Amino acid sequence: MNPDFLDFEQPIAELEAKVEELRYVGNDAEINIHDEISRLQAKCKTLTESIFAKLTPWQISQIARHPRRPYTLDYLPLLFRDFHELHGDRAFADDPAIVGGMARFAGQPVMVIGHQKGRDTKEKLRRNFGMPRPEGYRKALRLMHLAERFALPVITFIDTPGAYPGVGAEERGQSEAIARNLLEMSRLRTPIICTVVGEGGSGGALAIGVGDRVMMLEYSTYSVISPEGCASILWKSADRAADAAEALGITSARLKELGLIDHIIPEPLGGAHRDLELMAHHLGEALGQALAEMQSMDLDTLCARRYQRIMDYGQFKD
Amino acid sequence: MSWFEKLVPSRIRTDATNKRAVPEGLWLRCDGCNATLYKPELERCLDVCPKCGHHRRLSARRRLEVFLDSEGREEIGAQIEPMDILRFRDSKKYKDRLTAAQKETGEKDALIAMRGTLKDIPVVVAAFDFNFMGGSMGSVVGERFVRAVNVACEQRIPLICFSASGGARMQEALFSLMQMAKTSAALARLRAQRVPYLSVMTDPTMGGVSASLAMLGDINAAEPGALIGFAGPRVIQQTVRETLPPGFQRAEFLVEHGAIDMIIDRREMRERIAAILAMLLHRPPTDSQRPYLEYHPPKEGEVQATDSANPPLDAPLPDDNPAKPGTPSAS
Repeated sequence: MNPDFLDFEQPIAELEAKVEELRYVGNDAEINIHDEISRLQAKCKTLTESIFAKLTPWQISQIARHPRRPYTLDYLPLLFRDFHELHGDRAFADDPAIVGGMARFAGQPVMVIGHQKGRDTKEKLRRNFGMPRPEGYRKALRLMHLAERFALPVITFIDTPGAYPGVGAEERGQSEAIARNLLEMSRLRTPIICTVVGEGGSGGALAIGVGDRVMMLEYSTYSVISPEGCASILWKSADRAADAAEALGITSARLKELGLIDHIIPEPLGGAHRDLELMAHHLGEALGQALAEMQSMDLDTLCARRYQRIMDYGQFKD
Repeated sequence: MSWFEKLVPSRIRTDATNKRAVPEGLWLRCDGCNATLYKPELERCLDVCPKCGHHRRLSARRRLEVFLDSEGREEIGAQIEPMDILRFRDSKKYKDRLTAAQKETGEKDALIAMRGTLKDIPVVVAAFDFNFMGGSMGSVVGERFVRAVNVACEQRIPLICFSASGGARMQEALFSLMQMAKTSAALARLRAQRVPYLSVMTDPTMGGVSASLAMLGDINAAEPGALIGFAGPRVIQQTVRETLPPGFQRAEFLVEHGAIDMIIDRREMRERIAAILAMLLHRPPTDSQRPYLEYHPPKEGEVQATDSANPPLDAPLPDDNPAKPGTPSAS
């Protein structure tokens, strides 16, 4: 088993391994196996296409958490110049699970804020698996107010399993930190563009996710509770996560259909991690377009529009 | 009784004929101190144990009943009903869960909002019903809350919310998450208008409800012993794999950590909230205040004379606490 591939991707991994093997042989001997290689590559592409054409919500949620999934800091150098990271909530600590700072997007100064997961074990621990504590949300809010004061648009990247459920986080007011961000973001007088790039885990995601345009990468997820959490509560067994993923409608396609997000950004074949540059290109285009649209409005219109969008969430009989 | 039982009396009697004729449910056991409580007496004490002060959960309807003045109540958004747009189905259908909850509670959803008065101060009050699917917040709860906020905003009258909720309603998936943004955004408007919002967290206030409307009060209060937090104790226990400190996430713990302003005993709820609101609104003190504290903004050039309305500080106090509904009984 190749750990860089998920269960349902293993056939692709096997084919790719075969191609690599042939390449190696091809370099070694002088037999012309070029045709064989391109035949296998084409087969690999078709196979990937057919697997990715009918992904289940549960498989998509695995791609959203793929160990090679690009994180906020992977996109930053490809999308922005002149990034200056800002640290700390000015009250307790700096939370490495949320990164943020000033940067230039297509020349224009902006404030970038995003969840950050770690790649290796040490980094994962330092980033707390992308699960922020209250100080992370308070840092984010501080940066948003800074952005508001100096008329910088805010761009957020969402990728978290959720806000951290720990003793210290509770003691320092996790609920209040999230609640305050929701309130302040609803009335922040500068454009806010939010993109779910991996896992949109509940309140921990929404706390930097209230904005004028909410976008999702094709294979990212956004949910009120993780499929495992939902399954263990409603089905009394975490093994029913696949059913929960289905029922919760956590995929970009379903959420767009329900009108809960505005735009889906297509991912390269096989997912964002298979071609980071192409992914960043698509993401950059979507961000550029969203920014241009939001900046064409005056601030009163923009804020009134945001408020109305938020008030429209919900389905009920009246 | 058979001749054998007469001869050898059983120590454990399950014999129904032996029961005394006591109406069902007249006695209750207190979850706090295990005392046996007489139900009518408990009701007089607003479901607070007279022995140990344990606060039992109240239904939303009863909460409004005991909190508001009896005259001039008007429900807000009563016609709003839930719908199952996702056709959510786990081990049961959401639709069936809704029907069962509606039947059990007699309510359409987990939040009730009313306009009324509290000691003659016009107020809007929202109350969660924990019996309705754990007081979970879905689209109806969000919408009713927002309408309550809007009434408070338009009429410039204070808003009070009694929360009791496990959090967002999973069966409404991302729609329920978005209610956190919706209720918080509405409160931002109320705040901008300088209309007071008092949040009273009751047992339990967790998850998406605590991480939105409940923590956003101009004043955050809680009932004694209420469990309040973001993640549930079990989830935290599983994450940190250590025993949680005693009293963790209880109201008293939150006061200690600076998360809430105060704890209010339910038997003093009306008095204390009315007194606080009266100050925020620059109204004269409410009727339970002692007369010598009466607030008369002095008029230009007016000379304050000693009269019956303004007795000197050392004058004897009149008996000003006649028993009336909503005030604490002697206990």
